[in-house]
Formats: sequence, structure tokens, C-alpha cells
Amino acid sequence: MGWFRRSPWVLHYNATSCNGCDIELIASLTPLYDLERFGIMNTGNPKHADILAVTGSVNEKSRQVVQTLYDQMPNPKVVVAVGICATSGCVFQDCYNVLGGVDKVLPVDVYIPGCAARPEAIIDGVLKACDILEEKYAQWKKMRRQ
Amino acid sequence: MSKPQEIVPVEKSDLVGIVAELFAEGYRLVQIGCTTLPEAYELTYSFDREYRFRNLRFAVTKGEEVPSISVIYPNAFLYENEIHDLFGVVITHIAVDYRGTLYRTAVGTPFSIDNVKLTEAPKQKAAVPEEKPSAVPGEQTG
Amino acid sequence: MAHRNIIPFGPQHPVLPEPIHFDLVTEDERIIDAIPSISYVHRGLERLIEKRDFLDFVHVADRICGLCSFMHSLGYCQAVEEIMGIEVPERALYLRSIWAELSRVHSHLFWLGVAADAFGFESLFMQALRLREPVLDIFEETTGARVILGVCKIGGVRRDIDDDSLKGIVIRLANLKAALEELGNVFINDYSVRHRLSGVGFISRDDAYALGCVGPMARASGLEIDMRKLGYAAYKYLDVEPAVETAGDCYARCLVRVREIFHSIDLVRQAAGKIPPGPIDVKVTGAPDGEYYSRVEQPRGEVIHYVKGNGAKFLQRFRVRVPTFSNIPAMIKVLKGAEVADVPNIILTLDPCISCTER
Ligand code: SF4
Repeated sequence: MGWFRRSPWVLHYNATSCNGCDIELIASLTPLYDLERFGIMNTGNPKHADILAVTGSVNEKSRQVVQTLYDQMPNPKVVVAVGICATSGCVFQDCYNVLGGVDKVLPVDVYIPGCAARPEAIIDGVLKACDILEEKYAQWKKMRRQ
Repeated sequence: MSKPQEIVPVEKSDLVGIVAELFAEGYRLVQIGCTTLPEAYELTYSFDREYRFRNLRFAVTKGEEVPSISVIYPNAFLYENEIHDLFGVVITHIAVDYRGTLYRTAVGTPFSIDNVKLTEAPKQKAAVPEEKPSAVPGEQTG
Repeated sequence: MAHRNIIPFGPQHPVLPEPIHFDLVTEDERIIDAIPSISYVHRGLERLIEKRDFLDFVHVADRICGLCSFMHSLGYCQAVEEIMGIEVPERALYLRSIWAELSRVHSHLFWLGVAADAFGFESLFMQALRLREPVLDIFEETTGARVILGVCKIGGVRRDIDDDSLKGIVIRLANLKAALEELGNVFINDYSVRHRLSGVGFISRDDAYALGCVGPMARASGLEIDMRKLGYAAYKYLDVEPAVETAGDCYARCLVRVREIFHSIDLVRQAAGKIPPGPIDVKVTGAPDGEYYSRVEQPRGEVIHYVKGNGAKFLQRFRVRVPTFSNIPAMIKVLKGAEVADVPNIILTLDPCISCTER
């Protein structure tokens, strides 16, 4: 776990999740697990966000929404796939309307396993995402200097 | 275990009349369901009053028109749009007609006869002892 | 001069945990029409019956919705059991009721939290979710999972709770009750909560009935609709008393849910006191041949699971009609005439669960 110079904000979007992972994501932000102690906050505005946490696999309609949200986020940004649905599609991967994991649409940096992903796993994953964000930020700064 | 549920077969042409009667008797619309049969669709309208559960049922063939009951029960429009979008059953005069945009799916009318693969009933022996998961009683069509 | 605007609301919105989209047609600050658009989370799981046999399908039913996961598997199992004529052992029925009531407690607490967040009461949100954790701990101890319990199966349940643990659960819930009373008091008596919720989003008894409202939404308008009265699972042995309010506004819906939390805790206590010893499951042979509509009371209202089989291992049709689907027409009705600033409150006090709605 690196040293955070920034406190990243998380934007959460439910692609086609069953809610299980969403409530765990929210639970991980509340007093018992308290992701906020790392300075991480949940935001509803994509333009404020650094980390996009997607729960659930993508379908025909939500792929555009996920894509738009991703495009609206400022650079650098990290995508976290929360739960098995977002990773591969879970039991729903054979459904006619499920495209598969989020990586079918966006470049995913961190996969969090579990159905539903446990808050501990989510915290771990989001902290990994912070490290990646830090790296991306450093690279991005270097690129800008050139 | 318990007694079978009340499912009354009706004629499609009587539907609106019977539904209006039920409405007058104070039934609430619980749901409208659709089931794909090998050659047709089976529509079931469920009503409830003080925990008495009643169903009306009739079958329609592909492309047949069904009158909407959303004039009587305004909440029927969602069910009817759903049936239209997922099954491709044509329902006429829905109060709020989405014209196929309520559900946008990867395949059009995913539950229609052409898309759904129904399993055939197993032959004779109903109770097949538990076997390996791959063994399926009866053959799968398609 | 009134000027017409269309304001899109959702699918991604800060107060909504889930995506639903409304086109709100407004005249100045007043909404004159609301057109819902769904299917952002449509997966099409009803057709998975072609690929999963009826025993495995319980796991899919479990994942229809995370908040009422247990109730979905319960409803599905009940339907199949009715068709196949399986007599579920009594102990399993009691265990099902206990888990179902615990699910109701956690779902309502979650809802109270999210609703508090919607009207800008963040500390209440945090408190509600903190108090929800003990319930999840009970789930974890008894089933091994926090959200998707996966404990119901056709013919019974997968795990037993021994009597000492049951006693422990009752004691822990009693302790939790004290803390919840404090929380409930804030909801019921706090001036700002009342101010935001009283008189907002009114729906009359007749409208609620005609539009097919179910669950807390119907009960807040004075309708006594509660499927637990049908006596499925172990409810026939327990004293179920639906919480009914008559005001019909957002505040009444809040009250109904607060009262239901306490009632559910009480039902768990009753069930733990009466639970008989015995086996927890029976062996299932054969496959369902027939059809059944099973009706179960979820935290959000009546849910219908329709199962139809023809004796093959793969079902012919599975359908869920979830409470939110039934409540949407009323939601539209309530939104008409409301003010734009109240929209999040109104939508949230209906407690929409979109992932079940679209399946
Ligand atoms: S991974 Fe499991 S809990 Fe999470 S959204 Fe998918 S089905 Fe629900």
C-alpha cells in the first residue's frame, strides 16, 4: 500500500448487478469497514471521480452508460470491477442480454472476486486501485512535461 | 399439498368483459404473465381480493391481436408493454404504449416462439433416479 | 409563464443506488408527467431455465436481487415444492421464516439509511448502516454469507441453526432493538425528517388499490395487504400483524417500515421459541410436472414466482413479478404534481429495487 498524496473519489455504477455487490460497496463505506478513513469518498458525479467501480456485467443498454461515465471522468482514471458479475458474468453469463464482464467495454485495472464481493475484498481492491492511480498519475505527469 | 390454484380458461373475446366484472367486484390486478408454448403463447391474468387468487387464461397464436385491459386497470400498461417487448404478442390500445422501447434487448423479443427452446416432456417414466448431471431425461429440442 | 421542460432523471444519479431513468416533464418546478424507462439492468435470467436444471436454478433465483436474495429462493423453492408435493419438514419452515424476517430487518435498515441520505441526513445514514451490520453478522454465522445467502434449497434448507445459537440470536436482536429504538425515534420525531416527508408523495387508499400497490406502499395508504397472512413457511404458526398506516405520504411509508423492523425482530423471537427439532430437508426425486404461482411477502411487497414444468429436469417457464414492478404505476401517479426537489425522496420512499424489476 503506497502513500497517498491524493484522496481518490469513487464513482459507483450498477451495470446489471443484482444489488448484492452494491450494498457491499456501500457497506464498505460505512462505519464498520470505513473506506473513508483512507480519504476515499463516494461521489455521484463522474467529473469528480478518479475511480470507477462497476458492479454487475454489462448489457446492451448499460454499455453506453458505462462508456459515457468513463469518458466523462478526468484523466488519470482507474476502473475497478466489483464482484464476479463484473469480472466474468457470474451465473448470468449465458443470459441472452448479458455481454459479459466489464472488460468487454472498458479497460479494467482491478478485479475484485466474490459473489457478493466482501467489504474486506472491496477495500483491498480499492486500495490497489489507489496504487495504480498513483502510478498512472506519475506517468501522466511525465508525459505532460515532455 | 394445498389445493390447486384457481385458473379459469376464458375466451379471448370475453376477456375485457370478465375483467371489467372483476374490477367491479373489487379485485386488484396482480400480474399478467405470458408463457411460450410450442406453437402459441399462453396469457394469464391474475387477480386478488382479500387473498383470494384468481387467474384467467387463454392462448393466442403468433401475430394474433390481444385487446388491452389498461382502460380498466391502468397499471396493466407495464405488463402489457413487457409482454409485447419480450414475447412479441401484439396488444392493441395500451394506455401508454412504449412501442417496443420498454425493454431494449440484444435480441428482439427474446421469449418468442422462435427464440425459446422448450424441453420435451420425458417419455413414460416420470421419476428418473438421480444420475450424473449431464444425463437429462427426455431430449432437448433444437 | 409556465415553461415546459423535460428533465432526465437517472440512470446514474447520486441518490439512486440503482439505475432507473425517468423523463420528468415539468412546468416550472412542478412535474406534470413522468415517463419511466427501464431495462438498464435487464439480464434475461428467466430464460436461464433452458440451461440450468430446476435444482441448480435455486442459485440463479438467489441472485435475482441482493437485498431480498433469500426471499427469491424461498419463493422459487416453494413453487417447485408445491408442484411436486414435497412436504418440507417443520424445522426447515421455521428456519426459512427466521431468515426471511432477518432479511426484512436488514433490507429495511438499508432502506432507512439510503432514504436518510436522500434527504441529506448523512449521520443517520451512517448510523442505520452501522446497526445493520449485526444482522449481517448473524447471516454470516448461520449461513456463511453476508448477502447472497444460498441457504434455501428445494425440499428444505441447507444449514441448521442449533438451539444455543438461536438463543444467542434472540438476545442479540433484543440488544439491537434498544439501539434501533433510538434510531427509529429520530425518523419518527425529528423535525427536519418530518418536514421533508410529511404530506409529500401522497397516494390515497383507492388509488393505491386500483394501481396495484403492494407492500409497505400499500400498507402506508391503509390497505392491509400482507402475503405473510397466507401462512406460507412457518407464518401460519406465528402472530403476523401487518403494520398499517393511513396517511399515505412518504412519512407514513417511513413509519410502516420502522414498525416492521420491530415486528420482524419479534417474529424471529416467536419462531425461535417455537421451533421444533427434526430434520431440515427431504430428498427430492423426480422433476416438477405442473404449474404454481407462489406468493411471498418481500420487504418491498408481494412477489410472485411462477414455475411451470412438464416433468423434465428443465423447466418450461419461470417468471417473477416483483413488488417494484407493481409499484411503478403508483410511483408515476405520485410523481405527477410533485416538486422537482422532492423527486429523490418520493422515489426512495417507494424503495425501488430495480434489479429485480428487470431481472
Ligand atoms: S457478483 Fe453476485 S452479488 Fe455481485 S452482482 Fe453478481 S450476482 Fe450479485
